[in-house]
Amino acid sequence: MTAATADERGPVTTLATPIALDFDFTPGVAQSRFLRGLEQGKFMGQRCSVCGKVYVPSRGTCPTDGVPTTEDVELSNSGTVTTFCVVNVPFAGQSIEIPYIAAQVLLDGANLSFMGLIQELPATEVRMGLRVEAVWVPEDELAPSLASVRYFRPNGEPDADYETYKEYL
Amino acid sequence: MAERCAVIGVGQTHHKAKREDVSIAGLVREAALRALDDAELTFADIDAVVIGKAPDMFEGNMMPELYLAPALGAVGKPMIRVHTAGSVGGSTSIVAAHLIASGIHKRVLTVAYEKQSDSDAMWALSVPQPFAAPLLAGAGGYFAPHIRAYMRRSGAPDHIGCMVAVKDRQNAMRNPYAHLHLPDIDMKTVQESVMLWDPLHYLEACPSSDGAAAMVLAAEDSLSGRYPPAWVHGMAMRSEPTMFAGRDQVNPRAGRDCSADVYVQAGITDPRAQIDVAEIYVPFSWYEPMWLENLGFCALGDGWKLTEAGATAFDGDIPWNTSGGVLSSNPIGASGMLRFLEVAMQVRGQAGEHQIDGARIALGQAYGGGSQFFSMWVVGSEKP
Repeated sequence: MTAATADERGPVTTLATPIALDFDFTPGVAQSRFLRGLEQGKFMGQRCSVCGKVYVPSRGTCPTDGVPTTEDVELSNSGTVTTFCVVNVPFAGQSIEIPYIAAQVLLDGANLSFMGLIQELPATEVRMGLRVEAVWVPEDELAPSLASVRYFRPNGEPDADYETYKEYL
Repeated sequence: MAERCAVIGVGQTHHKAKREDVSIAGLVREAALRALDDAELTFADIDAVVIGKAPDMFEGNMMPELYLAPALGAVGKPMIRVHTAGSVGGSTSIVAAHLIASGIHKRVLTVAYEKQSDSDAMWALSVPQPFAAPLLAGAGGYFAPHIRAYMRRSGAPDHIGCMVAVKDRQNAMRNPYAHLHLPDIDMKTVQESVMLWDPLHYLEACPSSDGAAAMVLAAEDSLSGRYPPAWVHGMAMRSEPTMFAGRDQVNPRAGRDCSADVYVQAGITDPRAQIDVAEIYVPFSWYEPMWLENLGFCALGDGWKLTEAGATAFDGDIPWNTSGGVLSSNPIGASGMLRFLEVAMQVRGQAGEHQIDGARIALGQAYGGGSQFFSMWVVGSEKP
C-alpha cells in the first residue's frame, strides 16, 4: 500500500496559532490624576471650562469643545445605575463569574457614566435608577488602578427619578 | 457628485460558520470572481481595488490587504484598505464609489470579508482596557444596555425584538447565500432561547460567519454586465466619539446627520414613502426599531410600532432586510457591504426569491464601533 498523496488527504484545514501580548500603557498627565485618585480611594474627574460638563475619567480635553480641561473635581462615592445588562455568556479571557451585572453608573456630580459591576444584590433586582456606592479594596491594597474598586452595591437610598438621569441614556 | 457611478456587478460567498475549504485569499477571490462574472469583466478590466474588513486583531493578520493583492488581481494597481469597524463594508463601498465619482477611475473592484472561524471576535472585542473595569462581554454586552434604554424611553413591549428575530430569519429562507436557515423559527423558539445579555436572547443576536462580498463599480461610459446598472443616488459617512457628555447612544447624531446628507443628495424627503426596500445593519434585533427612528422612517418612539404592525415585513410597505440581514449572516467586515450590495441587487431586479417587485429606490446602511461609525447609500434603477 502506498502513502496517500497530499491531494487525496485534502487540504490542511485549521492550524491554531496562539498570540499573547502584554501591552505597556503610558497614562500621561491627565489620566494620572484619575489613577492617583483611585490610589487614595476616590474618584477624580475634570470639568470643562466651556460647557461645564464633568468627565470621569478625564482624558485631559473636552471631546465636545476641544479645549484642555484643567479644573479637578472630586466626585461622590455614590451614583445611579442609568442602564445595565445581565451578562450570561462565557468567553476566553473572562475574569468574572457569570451571570454578572454590567451597569452604566453615573457618579453624582459627573456628566458621563462608566461601566461598573453591581454586586450584593440578586441579578433580578437590579434596575434602572438604582442608587449605588463604590466598594473599595482594603486601604493597604489601594493602587493606581481601577482594580482598587471592587464593585458597586446598593447604597440604601430610594431609586433615582427617571427624569434625573434620562439625559444620560 | 461629479461623475455618475453605478454598480454593474455583485458577488458574495455562501456565508457559513466555517469555510474550511478556503483560505482568506480563497474566500475573497470567490466573491470577486462572482462580481466580475456578473459584470461580464475580468481582473484585467479593473483599474483599482478597495478592500475592507473589521479589526486586524480578529484573525490576527496585520494589514491583510498586502497578502490579498494577488488573489484580487491588484498587483501593479492601486489598492486601498478601509477600516471603520462594523460599518467598514459600507464605507469601503463609498471609498470605491468616490474613485469613480471623482473621475479618477472607470472600473473599481471593491471587496469586504471576515473569516470569523479563524478569529475570536468575543475575545477581540473584550480585551481589558487600562481605564475600564473588565466587564465588557463582546458586542452584545456593549449594546444590550442601550437596547434597555430604548425600551424604557419608547415604552416598547418586550416581544418586539423577538418579532424582528423571527422576521429576518424567515426572510433568510428566501436567500440561498444566508448563513442561518431556520425553517422552524417562531416567537416561542426565540423567547425560549438562552438570555445571553439580558434583555437579549441568543436568537436575537447575529451569528458568527465566514464570508465575503464584492462589487464592481463603473463610470457611466464604462457600463457592462448581466443586469441593468444600479445608480448611486447619494452616499455619506459620519462618525462621532465613543464617549462625550450628552451623547445619545440610542439615537446617535452621526446616524441622523448621515441619513440627512444622503436623503438630500437623493432627493428623499419622506423616507417611508419614497424608499421601496432597505437593507439596514441590524446585528441585534432591537436595532430595527431603533434605526427606523434614527433614519427618519417614523417619529421618535414609534419605531417599534412599525415593526409590530408588520410594516418592515416582506409584504409590508417598507420591507427591511429581505435578504435575512445581519441577523442571518455576519461575516463582520462584509456585513456592511452586503447591505449595500443587496440594495443594488434589488434595483437591478436580480434578488431572486427575496426580490421586492418593482424596487426602484433602495437604502443601504451600516454602522459600527459603539454606534459611532455610519455609512449609507441610496441606489436607484434610474440615473440620478
